Amino acid sequence: MSLENQIATLRAELSAAISAAGDEAALDTVRVAALGKKGSVSALLASLGSMAAEDRKSAGPAINGLKVEIAGLIEAKSATLKSAALNARLAAETVDITLPLQPAPTARGRIHPISQTIDEITAIFSDMGFSIAEGPDIETDYYNFTALNFPEGHPAREMHDTFFMKPGADGVKKVLRTHTSPVQVRVMQQTNEKPAASYMTPAMEPPIRVVIPGRTYRNDSDQTHTPMFHQVEGLVIDKSSHIGQLRWVLEEFLKAYFEVPNVTLRFRPSFFPFTEPSMEVDVQCDRSGNEVKIGEGNDWLEILGCGMVHPNVIRSAGLDPDVYQGFAWGMGIDRIAMLKYGMPDLRAFFDGDQRWLDHYGFRPLDLPTLFGGLSS
Amino acid sequence: MKFTLDWLQDHLDTDASVDDIGKTLTLVGLELEGVESQGAALKAFVTAHIVSAEQHPNADKLRVCKVDAGTGELIDVVCGAPNARTGLKTVFASPGTYIPGKDMTIGKGNIRGQVSNGMLCSAAELELSTDHDGIIELPEDAPIGVPYVDFVGINGVTFDISITPNRGDATGVYGVARDLAAYGLGTLKTTDMSPIPSKGPSPIAALPQLFGADEPNTARKFGGRLIKGVKNGPSPEWLQQRLRAVGLRPINAIVDITNWVSLGWGRPLHAYDADKIVGQPVLRNARAGETLDALDNKIYPLDETMTVIADDQGPLCLGGIMGGIRSGSTDETVNVFMECASWDPELVARTGRKTGIVSDARYRLERNVDPALTVPGLELATRLVLELCGGEPMEPVFSGEDVFPNTVVEFPLSEVKRLTGLSVEPMIVTAILTRLGFEISGKGDVLTVKVPSWRPDVTQKADLVEEVMRMVGVDNVPVEPLPRLNHVAPRMLTTIQNRRRIARRALASRGLDEAVTWSFISHDEATRFGGGQESLQLANAIASDMTDMRPSLLPGLLAAARRNANRGTSDLGLFEVGQVFLSDTPDGQHTYATGIRTGTAKLDGAGRHWTGKAEAVGVFDAKADLAAVLDALGVDIDKVQVLPEPAAWSHPGRGGRIALGPKVTLGWFGELHPAWAAELDIHGPVSAFEIDLDALPEPRKKATKTKPALDLSALMPLSRDFAFVVDKAVTAAVILRAARGADKALITDVNVFDVFEGSHVGEGKKSVAIEVTLQPTDKTLTDEDIEKVSSAIVAAVTKSTGGVLRT
Repeated sequence: MSLENQIATLRAELSAAISAAGDEAALDTVRVAALGKKGSVSALLASLGSMAAEDRKSAGPAINGLKVEIAGLIEAKSATLKSAALNARLAAETVDITLPLQPAPTARGRIHPISQTIDEITAIFSDMGFSIAEGPDIETDYYNFTALNFPEGHPAREMHDTFFMKPGADGVKKVLRTHTSPVQVRVMQQTNEKPAASYMTPAMEPPIRVVIPGRTYRNDSDQTHTPMFHQVEGLVIDKSSHIGQLRWVLEEFLKAYFEVPNVTLRFRPSFFPFTEPSMEVDVQCDRSGNEVKIGEGNDWLEILGCGMVHPNVIRSAGLDPDVYQGFAWGMGIDRIAMLKYGMPDLRAFFDGDQRWLDHYGFRPLDLPTLFGGLSS
Repeated sequence: MKFTLDWLQDHLDTDASVDDIGKTLTLVGLELEGVESQGAALKAFVTAHIVSAEQHPNADKLRVCKVDAGTGELIDVVCGAPNARTGLKTVFASPGTYIPGKDMTIGKGNIRGQVSNGMLCSAAELELSTDHDGIIELPEDAPIGVPYVDFVGINGVTFDISITPNRGDATGVYGVARDLAAYGLGTLKTTDMSPIPSKGPSPIAALPQLFGADEPNTARKFGGRLIKGVKNGPSPEWLQQRLRAVGLRPINAIVDITNWVSLGWGRPLHAYDADKIVGQPVLRNARAGETLDALDNKIYPLDETMTVIADDQGPLCLGGIMGGIRSGSTDETVNVFMECASWDPELVARTGRKTGIVSDARYRLERNVDPALTVPGLELATRLVLELCGGEPMEPVFSGEDVFPNTVVEFPLSEVKRLTGLSVEPMIVTAILTRLGFEISGKGDVLTVKVPSWRPDVTQKADLVEEVMRMVGVDNVPVEPLPRLNHVAPRMLTTIQNRRRIARRALASRGLDEAVTWSFISHDEATRFGGGQESLQLANAIASDMTDMRPSLLPGLLAAARRNANRGTSDLGLFEVGQVFLSDTPDGQHTYATGIRTGTAKLDGAGRHWTGKAEAVGVFDAKADLAAVLDALGVDIDKVQVLPEPAAWSHPGRGGRIALGPKVTLGWFGELHPAWAAELDIHGPVSAFEIDLDALPEPRKKATKTKPALDLSALMPLSRDFAFVVDKAVTAAVILRAARGADKALITDVNVFDVFEGSHVGEGKKSVAIEVTLQPTDKTLTDEDIEKVSSAIVAAVTKSTGGVLRT
């Protein structure tokens, strides 16, 4: 057999064997049989040594060419086999990606509407330069009534359905504050004493601009009244603030809170012992549908009380009402939360019903800010 | 307070529309609560003619009528009224009409076999009088088929306004008219209150006021007048109608007159039947044990703080509040003793509260009643009694004195602008105040203003500003921005306010729902959770499970969990960030962040899931929640003490306390004690934690916000494992602290990676395996260096625990 025939036969045999190799082991057997020390191609190469120089000149490149060619085929086949093996493994590893997840903790936890509303109020007023002031829930008669110009025996005291604590050793009954207004006096009072508790706001020098959110209590219960509820109070004291500015503050707040471009307010003269002049404020709204829309419509909705801080209150805080003046307002947090978010029943706020909390609550990272919008 | 349009027009000459009057009432501070049109409600009742009336075949007292109501056909109506007769003109209601006097809607019917398509009506059925003796009889020439209200001219409009506690002067229609006139809605009319000549001296002497020097004395000026020989009985229809329109029941002419003066002028009166007064009446305080059979048919016990008008047989009337039945005026009364008296408003209010009597007299007298009306009020009543009932007035008698505040305010005109921002011309200020009855003297920038007797609530400048403002209209005050104090607002929240905000978001991020629960809980629960002291109990709780201020947020959360479980939700995570009450002083009020998990409500989810089986919550869920809050607030739980000293509510072996030194407790965590769970009716496992946000240390104030320099080593950290066999009671914390302390420069972390107990480590023992991370700083560690640190670790741990290295 001529060398050419020999190479051609070997090439055909080896190519077929490489093609037929089903896995890396079979391919390796082919490799050893061809290119191993005792392999057929190696044997052919070894035969070069016994050839005449003339023959070797042409045989050498031919045999080497075969070797390179077979090595290349083996390498290509190896790559194909590896890829097939990986694909087979990946196929075996396939899972059903439609299986449901456990809801993430942030998808389950909820912030109560009252906390969210307080955060919204805080975002608006802190931008307007108001800090947040607080005082105790268990108050003295002095701070809750007397210092706020509720004379002893005045019918206005009866309007409050006060909760009293059992009398102390001195026979004096403390009260559960019926409104957040006692904090007005605590903030204004000129004293060097450190506040008794960390949450209490220290007395301030005018100019004073604070908002006062907190729990309040009245002995009353029906669909719109609960014995515990939340109020937010605002107080501005300086040497020039007046009703025109009070109107501006309330309009700006209500626009920002209800996230509407305009609100129309109606101010009605009214009576609170701790303000003079006193006013109640109605906001224009539309009650024709299922929900109350603020900023449009033909109805009026009473939303807050306000007025110029009464000279007697400024006096009981140790300031001169001919020098200092200012205004205050108060409204129900639960009430404005209900108006904005549409909860029908106040009592459900305090029930801790998971279904209610999940429905009306807010996501943990829904942080009310002015730059990001109060609600999304 | 209710009043009718025609009543208002008695005092106000105006052609303003009902709508304008309503709006103005609200604008001047007499808030309109509603307007009712009497005519509109009765529009469906039409005049009709009974063409024939025949005896009902099956009922003696019924008649079958053919009625012409102007519809073009005759209507069959069965009627039981004795005066239903052929030819009578009367009032007819067709089927579908609401009958106010019967509170029913008339339908088509069949009465004992006879068709009846409507109803012939009495005045009582239209609520126009109490007369229900028969159907209304109209004149023979009355038209047929027109609304009855149009025919008789009933066009009554009733206003209902709410009066603020400072406005006693507006509890009478006259006072309302005065405000409307001052606003410019008409002219105030005057009423003749001039003295009426007497027919002789009064047989009843002025009432002696018998009060000791140190006794409360509610009475001020007491006026009385005997009118002899009156003819009492029903009052005229106009008066009855007026009283009914405002919700009062007409009684008899004398009593109706007292109500008319009370509602018209805010001046309550009382009329005694003089023949039932035994001996000379006096004013005194009630004696212990005395009672009053009051006109509301209730018996009230009296005490020494309450002023009564009494005769020889005891109390006749509770002063300023309500009269008694014994001397009340009836249809048979012939001699009337009319009382018009002033009382101390505070004492009237106190007696009112004590007795719980709500009366029109109390409502007015505890606000205030114009002291200048005591004498004219009596004349006014006398005049009307003579007009309606006849009789002979005797001399009026008076004792005591009225109290006139006679307040004079120096009023700088600049005050209006100072407080409202609104410029009002001095002329307008003067005009408004004058129309409201204030007397103005002085010229220039400061007016001298004398307050009228009916406005004791006006005592200072700000009160006068309000008077001007409510007449000008608050809506006319120009809106003006409040100048900013800072262009960029500085920090506005205190440390505790920030902590609350952060704690809430941190806990919600861990899958817990925020609850808001009552500040008051039951006494049993308060006591159980460490509270319940008397100073934290309510004197007038609204319910028996809301009696004590809460010492912990856990009772509220556990109660919420119980309610949710009863609704079928037993896997639940809840938290609250709110106040607890450790004492009744301000510093006893702390803010706690408290949370619970029940059932299988773990961080990663609740209930069964294909990824793994549902595991019960446990102490480490509570510890992890607590650590997460502390971390969110900048406190590393590894740097505070975690002590095996559980709270009372906790499983004794599965709970702990977090402390900072010997004095400061930051919080507790654990599994709810099974015995407590059973007593609180809670089923299934509960993990819980409490953090006292007030106990966390105030962050240190630093000069700059710069963080410490970061030293990143180029050398590889390495780790070594150790296992120790220690007594079961030895805590991991002790082992970790000892290991960390062995070489503070090299050791950067120590972690427990295995804990087990079993017979092969010995009875009462456990094995704790730790991994220690070493971070070389300046050179690679040699075997010798590592050996040295390892020995130090083993020595430190065995020394502090008494354990041995496991080999």
